[in-house]
Amino acid sequence: MTGVAVTKTPPRGRVRRWSRLSGTSTAVAVAVAGVLALAPEFASSNVVLDLTNLLILVIMAVMWNALAGFGGMVSIGQQAFIGLGAYGTVFLVNHGQHPYIAMLEATLFCGVLALPLSVFMLRLRAAQFAIAMWVVAESLAILVTLDSGLGAGTGTSLIEFNFYEPTQREHYTYWWTLGAAVIALVVVFLLLRSPLGASLQAIRDDEGAAASLGVRVTEVKTVLFVLAALGTGAAGAATLANILFIEPTSIFSIQYTAYMIFMVLVGGLGSFEGPILGALVLFVIQTEFISNGTVYLTGIGATAILFAIFLPRGVWGTVTDRFGIQLLPVGRELVIAEEPPPEPEP
Amino acid sequence: MSLLAVDSVDAGYGLLQAVRGVSLALAEGETVALVGANGAGKTTLLRTIAGAHQAAAGTVSLAGRDVTRVSAHRRVALGIALVPEGRRLFPGLTVEENLRMGAATRRAGRWDLDSVLAAFPMLAPLRKRRAANLSGGEQQATAIGRALMSNPIVLLLDEVSLGLSPIAVEAVYESLRTVVREGTTALLVEQDLDRALGFADRVVCMLEGRVVLEDRAEPAAREKITAAYFGLSAAGAGGGAA
Amino acid sequence: MTWVNVVVQGVLLGGVYALLACGLSLMYGVMRIINLAHGDLAVVGAYLVTVVLDHVGVSPFVAFLAVLPVMLAIGYVLQRTILERSLRAGILTPILATFGLSIAIQNILLRQFSPDVKSLGGNAGALTTASWRITGQLSISAIGALTLAVAVAVVAGLHVFLHRTRFGSMMRATAQDVDSAELVGIDSRSMYAWATALAVAIAALGGLFLGIRSTFDPTAGPTQLIFAFEAVVIGGLGSLWGTLAGGIVLGVSQTTGAQINPQYSILAGNLVFLVVIATRRGGLLGSRDGTQ
Repeated sequence: MTGVAVTKTPPRGRVRRWSRLSGTSTAVAVAVAGVLALAPEFASSNVVLDLTNLLILVIMAVMWNALAGFGGMVSIGQQAFIGLGAYGTVFLVNHGQHPYIAMLEATLFCGVLALPLSVFMLRLRAAQFAIAMWVVAESLAILVTLDSGLGAGTGTSLIEFNFYEPTQREHYTYWWTLGAAVIALVVVFLLLRSPLGASLQAIRDDEGAAASLGVRVTEVKTVLFVLAALGTGAAGAATLANILFIEPTSIFSIQYTAYMIFMVLVGGLGSFEGPILGALVLFVIQTEFISNGTVYLTGIGATAILFAIFLPRGVWGTVTDRFGIQLLPVGRELVIAEEPPPEPEP
Repeated sequence: MSLLAVDSVDAGYGLLQAVRGVSLALAEGETVALVGANGAGKTTLLRTIAGAHQAAAGTVSLAGRDVTRVSAHRRVALGIALVPEGRRLFPGLTVEENLRMGAATRRAGRWDLDSVLAAFPMLAPLRKRRAANLSGGEQQATAIGRALMSNPIVLLLDEVSLGLSPIAVEAVYESLRTVVREGTTALLVEQDLDRALGFADRVVCMLEGRVVLEDRAEPAAREKITAAYFGLSAAGAGGGAA
Repeated sequence: MTWVNVVVQGVLLGGVYALLACGLSLMYGVMRIINLAHGDLAVVGAYLVTVVLDHVGVSPFVAFLAVLPVMLAIGYVLQRTILERSLRAGILTPILATFGLSIAIQNILLRQFSPDVKSLGGNAGALTTASWRITGQLSISAIGALTLAVAVAVVAGLHVFLHRTRFGSMMRATAQDVDSAELVGIDSRSMYAWATALAVAIAALGGLFLGIRSTFDPTAGPTQLIFAFEAVVIGGLGSLWGTLAGGIVLGVSQTTGAQINPQYSILAGNLVFLVVIATRRGGLLGSRDGTQ
């Protein structure tokens, strides 16, 4: 190989993990969370419902990104956990559990189920993993239709939520969802800043090479798989609390995964901020165009193709590549001093 | 006019520049050996000439025609064939199928299945064997035969003797001599300097991506080439530049 | 006797799945990608047949002859536009791009043809009702037998094409080492495009038989993709004869499940698929060489 230029003095480098911009934006993020928590105090009922929807989208996007963008696992069966979170809640409430506690337990159940599932699924690669997850989701949907206790194929509604006043219920559901979204974001944020974060990047770049460098690929992927199951399960439980009526074909619909892929591809696969941006984009599109179903969905599909091929880093990734900015400090930046620091003068 | 002309070619992989401003010319019927240490850029240069790798700058022309932007498979149709490093046969195809693949462009010429099998007699009994089940020497013979099937004007050979037993190397070179005697212009990468000197008309030595020495392949040149090989002399174009 | 019937019907059902799966298997074998819009393209084929039938009163098989070149062209263009670019972008991009394509196709079909369920069975005449009664409980439907026969013929035809023709050998060579293929003068992009064209045309043939045997609607594609993929995996990725076997195993699994409880039909197939991927990596007839 060609010789590497050897300079006389080795460059002094240090790893920078915060910048002034990222410090400011982290503070802004905390402030936004605070304002969102107070939203029900001043916002109308419609706004609270909209915000709940938006937060559900954010959770779905962030979790799908954790799986695909950080772990390199493209699943088209994440609706399995949407459905499981929702139907798990129904099951637990039917057995006398308090609705909001049931939502939490159903979420945890998704994580517990994901662990044995990961043993089989993580052995599969690329499209095989993608479709196998889909088969799991379809199978779960069929299993639900076989259970009359869960309303079988015709669906079920959670009348227990009607013990609350509608406004009160909307507020509780909103706070529950906000809590889940904040936890999801904080966990992913901490994960990326932890030593595991560097491993994630290595796996995403080249799984084989990462393994040969001693990155414990399977363990890291298992963590992400279980995390995504937990988060997506929470989104499913929140969806149930938000719309109150579910049926197997719609709650296990692949459309949820289509939304996740759209949000992450548009926002920026593999970035922390991208999926949040993608969720905002989808939210705006949904509120503006939902009236025209087929055109809207054709557009969702076509946009996914175009972003996958022509803008694989998404809007956010392209912006950060071009301008080198990062709002939230999840990465490591090697800062090389151009000049060695001046020696102390005698 | 030279048959194959490489003019100021740069080529590399990302930030790594493997070939730096290389110029080279082969006259019709000439046999040139390309020597140099590992990582000198020989393989990249050959792949760039064949079109398997894109040149970042400079031009490659064949019989006066600029082929720099022509895809690899079209260059085969024009008469450039590369026997790649590591042979790279189609493992699931038989020897005969591999050879027939070489005729994918249907270029007319003196080489066909019969004449290739005549030039490489060791392949005749192996026609129906899968390439994955061949010995190193048999694989190399098949790879050269496959390249000949396209009736190339210029034959590029990368690391012909790498990993072969001395007997197999001798057999492969014996057949190659028949080939170049037919008038095929050849550019070959060869690690064994003595063999390169014995086989080629001219030797070109590369060091760190540049051509540092060109000389006639004579025993007298051996010492000069060895020095250039290790970057010990300032012979040629800026040897030892980093 | 009931169980003999269950197995026989399952084998016949497997013919449809094998037909739907052949193209998927071929594309995986040549390019190592799974086209998630494969099922939707099969449904497109069935809809195009209905378009022809709206204009001329012929049998669906005759109508398919007009659809065939269109599907070949769709496949060729699909490869040269979307798939070729996504292949270059890495292993995950084709999944994302073809998933987007699947969503887009379904909704274009919904807009163009309404969500109503359609069937080609009514146009196929006596063929759809004819059957051979073997015993009291066992009968073989003519269309079922024809589907299976066509599936076997397609697999055999592909085998002969890949192993006995010059063009087929070039396709296999490209599948085994695309870099070397270019270096011997094979236009690999053209090979890929023809492989996709063939795959899409065979998918449409599967769509034709699906439409004659049962019903379809604009969103029927994903289910067919799942069945096709299950057949491919059960049979061993990249093996065409394995795909035929996989289709039959899937068919028998579904009819066996349905015999226990009609609602268990698809579930039984999914279960067999999941057991295969959990236990055996290679499938029934898995091979390294993608186009055996």
